[in-house]
Amino acid sequence: MSAPVRPAPVRPAPAPILSIRDLTVEIPTRHALLRPVNGVGYDIAAGEILGVVGESGAGKSMAGNAVSGLLDPPARIAGGEIRLKGERIDTLSPERMRRLRGKEIGMIFQDPGSSLNPLIRIGDQLTETMHAHLTLTRREARARAVAALEEVGIPAAASRIDSYPHEFSGGMRQRVVIALALAAEPALVIADEPTTALDVSVQAQIIALLKRLCRERGMAVMLITHDIGVIVQAADHVAVMYAGRLAEIGAVADVIRAPRHPYTAGLLASAPASSIGARRLRQIPGAMPPLGALPAGCAFHPRCERAGPRCKVDPAPALAAAEGRAACWHPLEGGA
Amino acid sequence: MSYVSVSNLTRRFDVSKPWLDRLIARRGKSYLTAVDDISFEIEPNTTYGLVGESGSGKSTIGKLLVGLLRPSAGTIRIGGSDDIAGRNDIQMIFQNPYASMNPRWRIRDIIAEPVAVLGGETRGLAEGLLEQVGLSAGDAAKFPHEFSGGQRQRIAIARALSSRPRLIVCDEPTSALDVSVQAQVLNLMSDLKDELGLTYLFISHDLTVVRHMADRVGVLYLGRLVEEAETQTLFDAPRHPYTRMLIDVAPRLDAPGDDPTPPDGEIASPIDRPPGCAYNPRCPIREDICLRETPALREAGAGRVACHLAPPGSGG
Repeated sequence: MSAPVRPAPVRPAPAPILSIRDLTVEIPTRHALLRPVNGVGYDIAAGEILGVVGESGAGKSMAGNAVSGLLDPPARIAGGEIRLKGERIDTLSPERMRRLRGKEIGMIFQDPGSSLNPLIRIGDQLTETMHAHLTLTRREARARAVAALEEVGIPAAASRIDSYPHEFSGGMRQRVVIALALAAEPALVIADEPTTALDVSVQAQIIALLKRLCRERGMAVMLITHDIGVIVQAADHVAVMYAGRLAEIGAVADVIRAPRHPYTAGLLASAPASSIGARRLRQIPGAMPPLGALPAGCAFHPRCERAGPRCKVDPAPALAAAEGRAACWHPLEGGA
Repeated sequence: MSYVSVSNLTRRFDVSKPWLDRLIARRGKSYLTAVDDISFEIEPNTTYGLVGESGSGKSTIGKLLVGLLRPSAGTIRIGGSDDIAGRNDIQMIFQNPYASMNPRWRIRDIIAEPVAVLGGETRGLAEGLLEQVGLSAGDAAKFPHEFSGGQRQRIAIARALSSRPRLIVCDEPTSALDVSVQAQVLNLMSDLKDELGLTYLFISHDLTVVRHMADRVGVLYLGRLVEEAETQTLFDAPRHPYTRMLIDVAPRLDAPGDDPTPPDGEIASPIDRPPGCAYNPRCPIREDICLRETPALREAGAGRVACHLAPPGSGG
């Protein structure tokens, strides 16, 4: 990890597709007010994949659900703003949001089995989505459905369009889900653990497909995963979350080669792929605290070997996009 | 003398439709061969890794070894005896730490059960084991829901250790855990192996985890062993094209932005195996012989490989 730090690629000038500022999600409970997402902000440009990585309970899916308007009550957006192509969407009515989903925001979930209706032919599921958002004749819709299946790599799409979901393998089903998410040509795709249920060889295929479609269509993709290996293969930028906050954000190559936040460094070091040949793995002591019992100061300080007195008192500094990549009082410099 | 010796192990499952459906469709019974003529040995105090994707038969082999399933053919000898039923020197750790414990039992009873069921002395047993796996003796009176996933997997390890086993079959023991917790559990398992002289059969789909843990690795594809070698040899010079593909697609942390070419195709159905070598529909180097003949597992260097086209001898 001593390679020179390459400067982050210059962001394209046009406005980002998705822009999140200071987003906070709250869940009121009987005992306390929990904040699964706490002051998170990032942008995703057209044709860019932002990987959001974190362990279970870090708030990565909750942030995705806040963007797509799918927070389960009593969880609610308590602060900040979300802009899609410059327009605020966090204040839209549920009805407006419902129309936006599918049209402007496509979604891909972990389990392709539960994202498809098992009783409806996949062609009908695709044309239903197209009719809901686009003005098409039935014949046009069907032709577009075949084209959509071909685009995601379903062999003999024209003859398989009348198949039911159970007639496809897991990997093929996830391709159908991707075709469905892209049917109305959304500007933003939220992919929540899209490859976690798949075998490694199929995972590589699905990642390659997502990357190709993102480039070709100029979509913004939010790729939510617990697997830093998927981020390395797929994403352009990465946002690391810990206990509801953004710990570090930057270009993937920079963050992987020279992590600044001690949590990012620990996460990378504890992956078995980083200690080939070593007898023991590097480990981060302890576990992420539950949201109801966050320590004062920086939430990571009880597990952090660099923690100083200030970390126990003051919450970590907010990430300002321009300077410092890591929300940390004692960031690692240049690489460690 | 190897501690575990598996020879020509085969397990078939009856996956026939109900008899009336078969009668109407005039179809015979159908079988799924989950484990097909597999032989391997595990030396004492070593870790043998089994890797494979879904449908490869890796979990079935684990269940056969602990006696949860009976083989259709072949033999399993463990510690010099081929009677593996009801032995308490073979234990198992399962993938899902939420499903493998009775939520109404106290941790003390969960851990002591393998000893209690055989009428052994259990006083203080759970407390000692909890400290050995990095929890505290006071946790013995608690219930499973009071623990996180990583802590539960430690409890599962304590339970597996309670009957003083020699062999532990670990079926995806860290697949449900977050990566920082996975490192803690894997380190604990390595330490216990050294302290107690344990032998592990380590089953996982995750190549990087197996590479870290195993001394010797067997690669499974659709119920057959396609390659076996010392861990380092296997990763440095894989001989089977399937092994090579698995290594190529595994995410690497040292090469961001590196674009491996994704492999073609998907695993065939184990009910409907392709003729010849089962990997042939996806294989980049297949030839005519691969479509006709199933390759036998043959010696190659210090390992074994089942491929018509793999280089013989010691070359990589």
